[in-house]
Amino acid sequence: MSFINYASREINCKIVYYGPGLCGKTTNLQFIYNKTAADSKGKMISLATETERTLFFDFLPLALGEIKGFKTRFHLYTVPGQVFYDASRKLILKGVDGVVFVADSQEERVDANIESLDNLNVNLIEQGYDLNKIPFVIQYNKRDLPNIISVDELRRDLNLTSVPDFEACATTGDGVFETLKAIAKLILIDLKKGK
Amino acid sequence: MATPQMVMYEEEYKKINYIIEKLLREANSKVIFLVDKNGQLISGVGETERFDTTSLASLTAGNIAATGGLAKLIGEKEFSILFHEGEKDNLHISIVGGRVILVVLFDSRSSLGLVRLRVKKASEELTAIFDELMKRAEEKEKSGDSEFPFAEITDDDIDNLFS
Repeated sequence: MSFINYASREINCKIVYYGPGLCGKTTNLQFIYNKTAADSKGKMISLATETERTLFFDFLPLALGEIKGFKTRFHLYTVPGQVFYDASRKLILKGVDGVVFVADSQEERVDANIESLDNLNVNLIEQGYDLNKIPFVIQYNKRDLPNIISVDELRRDLNLTSVPDFEACATTGDGVFETLKAIAKLILIDLKKGK
Repeated sequence: MATPQMVMYEEEYKKINYIIEKLLREANSKVIFLVDKNGQLISGVGETERFDTTSLASLTAGNIAATGGLAKLIGEKEFSILFHEGEKDNLHISIVGGRVILVVLFDSRSSLGLVRLRVKKASEELTAIFDELMKRAEEKEKSGDSEFPFAEITDDDIDNLFS
């Protein structure tokens, strides 16, 4: 849940990037980190294995600016995508305000995407959330690769509730900020409702 | 939703800072942080400028979450105290009132025993304040008396953030 601090006039929100292993969650954060002005970002933390696979999480704090005199800060987290890290994934979803599902557009990753999305659903329910009710966007990553399936097919498999979705190539940055803006906006609109 | 919204008001913020400043002196420690279980920094006193407080908060919460997961695996509710010993500096991490994390950094000028003793007393005081805070937030929500700053934001306000 977001944390509103009237004393320091700050509002903090947590965004989690979810998706199958090697789909590009960390790459999304790295691109955002590299393209953000130094004064509006904090240090990026990656708890990864020696082979640069995410072990626990990546973390990137971003300051977006002020709304009504309140500083808005977004804390971006990724989960470890590999199936056997499920216990860690559950922990990172605690207190989440919005989720980005990063799908791998490659043909051979169709099953991995669906499995990961199911896993997201199960883990959110366990934490008391409902994916249909929290801010949620989908990113179809790796659109630059040759062996990809069409966006229509991806949509049919993954975007059953027609949430905002974006094509992306996280290595070049295409679609990365569009995705981030969309989820941040949904979270702020959700806050506006004052739940 | 899983956990109610965390809100901090000026009055409680002052009370909290008073308690942790007192703890800082009495425990002879270098820095004290209060962190929300979701990884957001609530407050910090002492030599805070030496540290990347945002990263510290997120890693502490990750640490508590991971050990909490371990605790459940062996049939414990949680491990309410963690202690990390370094060559010079040590970290004493404890859970206050079930939802907030108190981090005390200290060196050889203090001792684990002293820190534990002082933390225990401060925790009771902090728990009372956080209980109050939760009650206040719940009452506000029930009565619909929302001075919520975001209730009146417009789409333009949101768009402006990204311009």
